[in-house]
Amino acid sequence: MYKKGLTNSIKVFMTSCILFVSSGAAAEPTKAAFIYIGPTGDHGWTYQHDVGAKYVKKHMGDDVEITTVESVEEGPDAERVMAQLANKGNEIIFTTSFGYMNPTLKAAKRFPNVKFEHATGYKRLDNISTYSARFYEGRHVIGKIAGKMTKTNVIGYIASFPIPEVIRGINASYLAAKSVNPDIQIKIVWVFSWFDPGKEADAAKAMIDQGADIIMQHTDSTAAMMMAEENGMYAFGQASDMGSFGPNAQLTAIIDDWGPYYLQRVQAVRNGTWESIDTFDGVREGMVAFAPLSDRLPADVRAMALQDIGELAAGTLHPFTGPINKQDGSAWLAAGETPPMFPDLLTMDFYVEGIDSKIPQ
Amino acid sequence: MVFLSPILALTLTALSTFFIFFLAGVDGFGAFYVLFIEPLSTQYNFSEMLVKAAPLMMIALGLSVGFRAGVWNIGAEGQYTVGAIVGGAVGLYFYEVEGFWVLPLMSLAAIVGGMLYAGIAAFLRTKFQVNEILVTLMLTYVAILLLSAMVHGPLRDPDGFNFPESRLFHDSATLPIIWEGTRVHIGLALAVIFSFLTYFWIKKHISGMQINISGIAPRAAKFAGFDENKAVWLSLLVSGGLAGLAGLLEAAGPVGQLVPHLPTGYGFTAIIVAFLARLNPLGIIFSSLLIALTYIGGENAQITYDLPSSITSIFQGMLLFYFLACDVLIRHKIIFNFSKNINHE
Amino acid sequence: MNELFIQIVLGISIASTPLIFAAIGELVVERSGVLNLGLEGMMIVGAITGFAVQFHYNNVVLAVLASIVAGMMLATVFAFLTQVLLTNHVATGLALTLFGLGVSAFWGRSYSKVTVDRIDAINIPGLSDLPVVGPLVFSYDPLFYLSIMAVFLVWYFLNKTKKGLILRAIGDNHDAAHAIGHKVVRYRFLAILFGGAMAGLGGVYLSLVQVPIWVEGMTAGRGWIALALVVFASWQPFKVIVGALIFGGISILQLHAQGYGVNVDAQYLSMLPYLMTIIVLVTLRVRSKSKSDRVMPHCLGKVFHSTQ
Repeated sequence: MYKKGLTNSIKVFMTSCILFVSSGAAAEPTKAAFIYIGPTGDHGWTYQHDVGAKYVKKHMGDDVEITTVESVEEGPDAERVMAQLANKGNEIIFTTSFGYMNPTLKAAKRFPNVKFEHATGYKRLDNISTYSARFYEGRHVIGKIAGKMTKTNVIGYIASFPIPEVIRGINASYLAAKSVNPDIQIKIVWVFSWFDPGKEADAAKAMIDQGADIIMQHTDSTAAMMMAEENGMYAFGQASDMGSFGPNAQLTAIIDDWGPYYLQRVQAVRNGTWESIDTFDGVREGMVAFAPLSDRLPADVRAMALQDIGELAAGTLHPFTGPINKQDGSAWLAAGETPPMFPDLLTMDFYVEGIDSKIPQ
Repeated sequence: MVFLSPILALTLTALSTFFIFFLAGVDGFGAFYVLFIEPLSTQYNFSEMLVKAAPLMMIALGLSVGFRAGVWNIGAEGQYTVGAIVGGAVGLYFYEVEGFWVLPLMSLAAIVGGMLYAGIAAFLRTKFQVNEILVTLMLTYVAILLLSAMVHGPLRDPDGFNFPESRLFHDSATLPIIWEGTRVHIGLALAVIFSFLTYFWIKKHISGMQINISGIAPRAAKFAGFDENKAVWLSLLVSGGLAGLAGLLEAAGPVGQLVPHLPTGYGFTAIIVAFLARLNPLGIIFSSLLIALTYIGGENAQITYDLPSSITSIFQGMLLFYFLACDVLIRHKIIFNFSKNINHE
Repeated sequence: MNELFIQIVLGISIASTPLIFAAIGELVVERSGVLNLGLEGMMIVGAITGFAVQFHYNNVVLAVLASIVAGMMLATVFAFLTQVLLTNHVATGLALTLFGLGVSAFWGRSYSKVTVDRIDAINIPGLSDLPVVGPLVFSYDPLFYLSIMAVFLVWYFLNKTKKGLILRAIGDNHDAAHAIGHKVVRYRFLAILFGGAMAGLGGVYLSLVQVPIWVEGMTAGRGWIALALVVFASWQPFKVIVGALIFGGISILQLHAQGYGVNVDAQYLSMLPYLMTIIVLVTLRVRSKSKSDRVMPHCLGKVFHSTQ
């Protein structure tokens, strides 16, 4: 009885607070929140989302109030953090990891007036948008550069988990490298982690020892870049410009540029024009960008890279353009054909022909 | 006397936290409010504290039984994970099959799974005298890797675009909510009921007392004809079963599916919970709530003051340090006088 | 192929050295009858301390010393609680790990975007250039040699000195050792401090040799593997090196196997060190029954109270 009375009086108190706050809403800043899977200091995935959040703040100034929460476990904790943020009056919440998909779904049902933006997922509601980037376009460009720059004809690829996004990246890189260098060979090492600098360094070293002179990574730390730098090899930054960790090694980096998208979405909330959409942007829209090309690239390689970036930006180039066979030799795409987003690209679970490796189970 | 050291420990931890906030340039009083008061101030926060406390309570209960018997199962995290895998697999096997029996069957499977997993340590200890601390710890890592292998392989959602996670459990395989509008599920009720059952078992039933005595005075227990092996088996099976059940409750409750990141350290945190309660089953109800509060408070501190998430683990670590120290200091006097008396005899 | 072999050996040594450091320290601690589950916490505090000092002073010696001190400071907390206040080893150790992970993350926030000069491999003119022997024997980083030296010294101390004998006696039966006048608490206190120093070194190896960066939680469970390693080595110093090479070797060789296109079940393979440790535990027991020699310190993890 006592407790019930207490919670009721708290409820009354809370309601009056909310009323008080909302009565002065007109000049209030729009409240936006970001939930991160890692620490913002990872210098990869989370870092880049945080750069996006800061971009919004920079452009909207006092019109926006941003809250970020880092290192949120995927699971029940994530749902609670979302609810807390919603209760604190945030009008739009960005949940920036695939594992937040089901927690986002639950939180969105609970708070129908709050807009949610879930990165890399596929479940949408009236108040959940999903967004991701065509990272494989970036992989295409670095694949071509790698194919030209390698002397040993061996590329080392550090992969995290065998999910479609990672497999798309491997296939895109391999096809691009092969198109300029028929002798190319790709060595793929799965580390089963997004973020374990020690293991990523070990993996980079193992591949360098096996003759790879170019390292690609689909993991988030800067360890592989530093190993490449130290051994005088080349590498490509992942998610952010890792040039300061490998001033000689980094040929370029695929940059996840979320800022403009975030700005557009927060402004849509402010203007009342937000609606649930599915975004899968690439080089053309600017969501996939590149760090400055290294001075070490010869003029012809540089020109080739720039031309490809230009064609991607113009929308005239698709990294997966037939004829392409699957690894087992069966036909996937006929000449000139490009794959549909669903199911081919979004559920990709096969290597293309020529890759001498197996996807774990 | 019972509450003296917990209160003292809390006070000291709070003071130290204040100091850390001061170093970090954060308004101490405000942060204090956010950490300790706010989690209790709204119905939602309060309910979330209960959600978080439920698995901790359940695991700590089982551990306290073993710790009383001097059996150090520190691998509850592994039993929790195996319970979730086995119970979850049953739920996925009966996917879309509706029936009141699905959830009980999953729970049973989880309990048996946790028991068998802890049973490995019991078997090795009773048969070969192998230290259970080391065995249970090693098996924890094996279990976590096993879960990862399962959700990447056999238990992966066939419609999930190859992402490493299982299907969402269907309705009959999902825990009922006992507090409408929140996430508080039946697991909390079970945990509280088990607390009382364990309390009476330890205090009143002969096998519970045996457990107690084998921990306090193993030689006396032997003379009295209590079988040490029986105490080892009993405490590992009980703690394993409860941890397994807790794992399933988390999977079929707030999470709703099997995911690779299901084990988030509850099995280890529960050890702290058990110690803060001085292994008293009823005390565990309170200590699990306290630790749950630190989690929620830590998140709030991050949202409001932009403090790093590491605050929570600093806080939990300090709380246990201070508590262990205070407890010993306060009790030391008693033991000391007591032993003096013995010497005089 | 020869070159590859040498590189693999170097890779394994880098993966193994932090384990050797942490494990050899813990071995002494456990031999004295104390179980410190705070290894992971002490390692990571050593890692951030060494990194921070290296960043500010760019002085490798200072950085390594600082990491030793940091590990010892955490160990002091543990030693004070368990030896003076007689708290439970398991609970105190866990609290230490939590505390260490939290403090390092809190303190290390400002260091996550910087890099420092790493500790390089030594180069002895003449010796390091010898074919095969040069790279295999004379081309590691100084900390690697230090770790091997530490193992040798621990072996010598435990087996060849009187104090080592007393330490082992204390670990096997603290009551008897106390009864004949040995300072149980003092020995254990010092053993714990040594354990902290070694864990600090293991940590700084990760942040200054393996990859010179600082990230939250970068020990990634290596403290727990080191704990397993002590058991795997059946509390014998030299077996720590063997075990570390096997544990480190598994992780390096599986990466190499993948590079050659061999399909590896990473999850099942990663279980191996833990399963092997359990098997070793069991076989040790089976053997020791017949030989009647105890390998595991008998008082491991038991609280010692001098009035008992």
